[in-house]
Amino acid sequence: MAEKVTIEKKVLSENDRLAAEIRSTLENLGVFCINMVSSPGSGKTSILERTLAHFGESIPTALIAGDVQTENDADRLKKAGGKTVRAIETGGACHLDAKMVKRVLDDIDLQDIRLLFIENVGNLVCPASFDLGEDLKVVLMSTTEGDDKPLKYPSMFRRSSVMIINKCDLLGLSNFDKEKARENALTINGKMKIIEVSCRTGEGLEEWYDWLESSVAQKKR
Amino acid sequence: MHELSIAQNIIEIVSQEMKSRQLKCVDTIALRIGALTCISPDALEFGFQAATVDTPLESTKLVIERLPVIGKCLSCGCEFEVEEYVFICPECSSRNLDITQGKEVEIAYLEAT
Repeated sequence: MAEKVTIEKKVLSENDRLAAEIRSTLENLGVFCINMVSSPGSGKTSILERTLAHFGESIPTALIAGDVQTENDADRLKKAGGKTVRAIETGGACHLDAKMVKRVLDDIDLQDIRLLFIENVGNLVCPASFDLGEDLKVVLMSTTEGDDKPLKYPSMFRRSSVMIINKCDLLGLSNFDKEKARENALTINGKMKIIEVSCRTGEGLEEWYDWLESSVAQKKR
Repeated sequence: MHELSIAQNIIEIVSQEMKSRQLKCVDTIALRIGALTCISPDALEFGFQAATVDTPLESTKLVIERLPVIGKCLSCGCEFEVEEYVFICPECSSRNLDITQGKEVEIAYLEAT
């Protein structure tokens, strides 16, 4: 005769535990950590290349680049000037999890680092469920995608603090309506900070750099 | 698909509970899954079935309670079910909300011998 056995346990409790450890380590060291998410091809690696080129050594930065296959993104970031870059090849998993990130972080000397970017696998669904110990998520979308993207992926846009609209130099070449995209994002997340950029031309990136500088400065050791 | 990762986590937790509580057989795993998690119950069941072939949990069924997204307006205090992912207070139209339910991925209980 089967009996009811109360469990009341979070399924992702192990991931959450590891993420909490990561968060605590980064807190103690004063490292500001951003989990970068988007669909494949929105421009995560491009904006990180621009960011590295802009700040140089003035903000010591570490980067973790995740993909299903290849270390192509990590290679690009090294070429762009990244001194502390690690790749995670998931070999099949469509998202990074805290276990993967912790394994890499345990191997990095974070003493002098002030800013850590985790470039997640290109995917707006699965990464939303997996806390990586970050301070916040930055979600990218581009003008070559639909302006209803935020409505289609509410979980990710709700959990993100900043939305970057990339490829603004291509506005007008598709039916993408920038105002609609902004309105849709604010419908899902009324507190979303929205930055419009073109990684290709450099347009709009000053706002991103200013926001980053101020966020890093606020994260005290 | 991340439902497979979720299924594998469920299997790990339940297997540990079987060991620690000396359970012989688990008939049912009752789950609570919030609507904001983007976890498809069908995909989860599929992943669970695939991952439990030739294991003690092969015949175990999943029972999934879907939890709607509940928002609490920080401006007027209204608590409401968030419909169609529109995160705007129906009373005062504020977008200043807390989500009090909808992100859960939990094992509530087992039915076991």
